[in-house]
Amino acid sequence: MSKIQGAVVINKERCKGCNLCVVACPTHTLSLSRGEVNHKGYAYCIDTGDNCIGCASCALVCPDACISVYKVKN
Amino acid sequence: MEKKDIIRPENLVYDKPRLLNDTPMHYCPGCSHGVVHKLIAEVVDEMGMAERTIGVSPVGCAVFAYKYIDFDWQEAAHGRAPAIATACKRLWPDRLVFTYQGDGDIACIGTAEALHTLNRGDNVTLIFVNNAIYGMTGGQMAPTTLIGQKTVTCPYGRDPKLHGYPLRLADLATKLDGTAYVTRQSVDTPAAIRKAKRAIRKAFDYSMEGRGSNLIEMVSTCSSGWKMTPEKANEWMRQYMFDCYPTGDLKDIGANS
Repeated sequence: MSKIQGAVVINKERCKGCNLCVVACPTHTLSLSRGEVNHKGYAYCIDTGDNCIGCASCALVCPDACISVYKVKN
Repeated sequence: MEKKDIIRPENLVYDKPRLLNDTPMHYCPGCSHGVVHKLIAEVVDEMGMAERTIGVSPVGCAVFAYKYIDFDWQEAAHGRAPAIATACKRLWPDRLVFTYQGDGDIACIGTAEALHTLNRGDNVTLIFVNNAIYGMTGGQMAPTTLIGQKTVTCPYGRDPKLHGYPLRLADLATKLDGTAYVTRQSVDTPAAIRKAKRAIRKAFDYSMEGRGSNLIEMVSTCSSGWKMTPEKANEWMRQYMFDCYPTGDLKDIGANS
């Protein structure tokens, strides 16, 4: 069975920390930064762990288009 | 496989739409406007109409829409976007013309322009972002505010005896002979966003085919005006807004042909 792996690239300076991508992520790969903020003062979205499947749900719901999604099938 | 091996141009499945520029949007965190902007930018790019599109931006939160998407825009006086769109479309029939309006713009001060444009069947698309509140001015009651919903100008909840009933503009538009496609969509989940994108594509196609006027109502959130977090606002919308504004296609002249 082929394994799908994904990765996200987050534009943290564009992020406003709305948390919608964290809620939308089915594999709990994303979370908000703790104790660190971007230059606008928002806690920003960060990628934690290797569970990403490249479904692009986070990128679809992101109102500020901060997330690029990559996917490979092994 | 390492992340750096996955992050290669050939593996890209989703990126910021090409027509959306790098200007940071002024919308509050989690605002539905950003998603609708993205969808419009994607659809116009997919249609290859970037050089031949005219958007008409309203007064309200989306007043600066022209700063974020790179095609031609015209700013209209409050509520008068459909009248300007009519003029643009009649002078340049080969252009894709749409308006982008909030509920205070299209369903209150501009109801006359909106309904007459839809009734004339001008080949334009009206995108109506309905968040049941005047977002930009601080969350006052709008014609679309739900019965019982608390806002800063109706702190005890909207009372129909005093304030009247919510205006369902999309339902009104279905009764007008000039409309080709009337739909109500939301942008709260990935599935809903994909459906909303197909609706925008269909409306833009109909307007370019000269089939009539189109109205897309986007049931949206206003987390700042509703005083909730963006995810709570989405839940609130699903729980209360969809009773008054159920999503789905309300009229489609191409459905049976």
